[in-house]
Amino acid sequence: MGMWVVQPFRVVIRRDEGRGWQADHGADGLGVRGGDAPGRGGATPRPCARARFALEWRPPTPSFEERPLVQITSPAFRRNAARALADAGLQKALGKAKGAFLARRAEAVARLPEFEALRDIGRDIKNHTLAHLDVYLEHYAAQVERAGGTVHWCATAAEARAAVLEICRRAGAKTVTKGKSMISEEIALNDHLERHGITPVETDLGEYIIQLRKEHPSHIIAPAFHLNREDWEADFRRAHTDLPAERVFHERRDILAEARTKLRERFLAADVGITGANFLIAETGSSVIVTNEGNGDLTQTLPRVHIALASIEKVVPTLEDACALLRLLARSATGQDFSVYTTFSTGARRPGDLDGPEEYHVVLIDNGRSNMIGTEFQDMLRCIRCAACMNHCPVYGVTGGHAYGWVYPGPMGAVLTPALIGLDKAAHLPNASTFCGKCESVCPVKIPLPKMMRHWREREFERHLTPAAARTNLALWAWFARRPGMYRWAARAAVAALRLAGRGRGALRSAPFAGGWTAGRDLPLPEGGTFMDRYRREQRGR
Amino acid sequence: MSREAILAAIRRGLRRGPLPPDQRAMIEGRLAAHPRHLIPARSRLPRAEQVMLFIRNVEKEFGSVARVADAQEVPAAVADYLAQQNLAPRFVLAPHPDLMALPWAAKPMLQFEARRAEAGDAVAVQHGYAGIAETGTLMLPSGPERPTTLNILAETEIVVLRASAILGAYEEAWDRLRAERGVGAMPRNVMLVTGPSRSADIEQTLELGAHGPRRLHIVLIDDDPAALPAG
Repeated sequence: MGMWVVQPFRVVIRRDEGRGWQADHGADGLGVRGGDAPGRGGATPRPCARARFALEWRPPTPSFEERPLVQITSPAFRRNAARALADAGLQKALGKAKGAFLARRAEAVARLPEFEALRDIGRDIKNHTLAHLDVYLEHYAAQVERAGGTVHWCATAAEARAAVLEICRRAGAKTVTKGKSMISEEIALNDHLERHGITPVETDLGEYIIQLRKEHPSHIIAPAFHLNREDWEADFRRAHTDLPAERVFHERRDILAEARTKLRERFLAADVGITGANFLIAETGSSVIVTNEGNGDLTQTLPRVHIALASIEKVVPTLEDACALLRLLARSATGQDFSVYTTFSTGARRPGDLDGPEEYHVVLIDNGRSNMIGTEFQDMLRCIRCAACMNHCPVYGVTGGHAYGWVYPGPMGAVLTPALIGLDKAAHLPNASTFCGKCESVCPVKIPLPKMMRHWREREFERHLTPAAARTNLALWAWFARRPGMYRWAARAAVAALRLAGRGRGALRSAPFAGGWTAGRDLPLPEGGTFMDRYRREQRGR
Repeated sequence: MSREAILAAIRRGLRRGPLPPDQRAMIEGRLAAHPRHLIPARSRLPRAEQVMLFIRNVEKEFGSVARVADAQEVPAAVADYLAQQNLAPRFVLAPHPDLMALPWAAKPMLQFEARRAEAGDAVAVQHGYAGIAETGTLMLPSGPERPTTLNILAETEIVVLRASAILGAYEEAWDRLRAERGVGAMPRNVMLVTGPSRSADIEQTLELGAHGPRRLHIVLIDDDPAALPAG
């Protein structure tokens, strides 16, 4: 049962090049599906009419089936971050883990003199592919089918979930094993399968404990980045009740051995194996997975059916293109020269083969990415998911991944999340940056992450999503900035007031309206006059 | 259908229709020519040093290598390794003609079956298609003679590799595969394996033997006179 409610609502009417006037209901980060993403082709949206209220049909409370699968807490980033900072266990885990990643990457890069040149090549390969993405996807799909596989094109997360469920049902699957896949998190596949009576079993060690804890990954390559050894031991004791309760975990190795034994049973029992894909290769119709554990290979080799989940931007033209990117991936991610298992899968079991799946499916997912093409966010589609940006990010380093509130954390998440779930829900993320630029400087495909965060901030302001206090302050500043005389007068007054408040000392312990800033440091006071005063004085002196 | 919707959305973003035939031909040409990019200089070495680089990289990644002068010595090298590791002399063998032809009867205590691997197998002996010196990586394409399960199920994997199959870079190995099978005829599965299985998911600290093999041992047959160590 639904009801009518009066909603404060804003309809922005704007003109699009060659398309006439369009209404943007401000629901999605990139506008309504169908290609009217604001900013595409450089067209700036021009708001010119605004309605304050609208009558909106509020649908009935969703039933069990329709309940949203993914909990998005990105709008509560500030609260999430504050909680993360106060979480001693999390801070301990972050402190331990971060240093290891940074040192290992730096060493791996130092061992390869060509690394910088390869970054340019990686960027160019991805740019070339994105500029011809339709052609490469068509070629890729044709090659998959030639090799006896099936491609399922899915525009949305719902379509992708339905496609996977359908394949599992036809296979009569009770349990499915899963290799690590972020797109699976993005489409909330596990919940969907569980609701339909199919048990998904995560087999990557980190994903496995995350599933036991009913959490989400806090890092895109190290899902259990936020956990300490004590957490592992406690969770294993809780979950593996068939093992003696008094067993002792002397070393990390003992935890690993227990997981190996428990998961081995699952690998052998699974009817379907689901993996992600690091790359798709148009030349050969192959999907590529990169792992260190070998869980992805067990997942895709042992069951009767293999499903590879991949988003459309994973495609690259040739094996040579993939090799160039693979040289960047492991070094940027874990600081290895090469990951342990890099596996190219092409079609199903061949005549005479003694093992391998009898069916091979690729679920090819758009879910908002095609809308990014042609916008200032297209470069984000170069991302190869190495996680170097979050490993080097000072904000991620103290908040951890869960604070970001959805699947993708850190700088890459701050750019990608607004595009995929809507700027209205994710506007805090591109603001959670000091613009130190470290992310861009380590990105293996040179994605200008800070620039794109700035674009999101501009859109946030244009769409009136910026908090009222910030808008008021910016408007006040803009008023003065457009009146140089007033600005100089106000600056001089502020300098005088601050010095008066300082009563001869060089810094303030606390300041009104800046309690957050002065909580951890003193506010230094101006030593002399304003910049403009000094500039004029020195100009005259020449 | 979603296929058309996705392709149309991509073309709308790129502000063009389907690619004109001349540009499409350029793309097809790039796919057919599969040009190489920059290949790191580290693997461009004289043969003997290239093989040494391969061995050094395997050992850096926690694998081990035993060199034998002749294929006839492989069974003894396998027996020695299993004894050293305190493992029972039982294994599953890849049904590859090169491996089947080895004089296993000379070591009668070795028991093996030539088949795919099963859950209970402790040791697998696999045939190595190529070695890549750049990172100490093995290329293992699947086929009736080289089942994939041998790469991942057993705790101990032994790979028999000819020194003549050691190449510099990944691209050289792909070209060898293309030359043998014809363009576009990829095996169902090609694994690039660099060292034994591992995980750093517990506190970002490395532990070996996550789901795949805990040990990776390579028996290297010195069949390439140019690749023999100096002296």
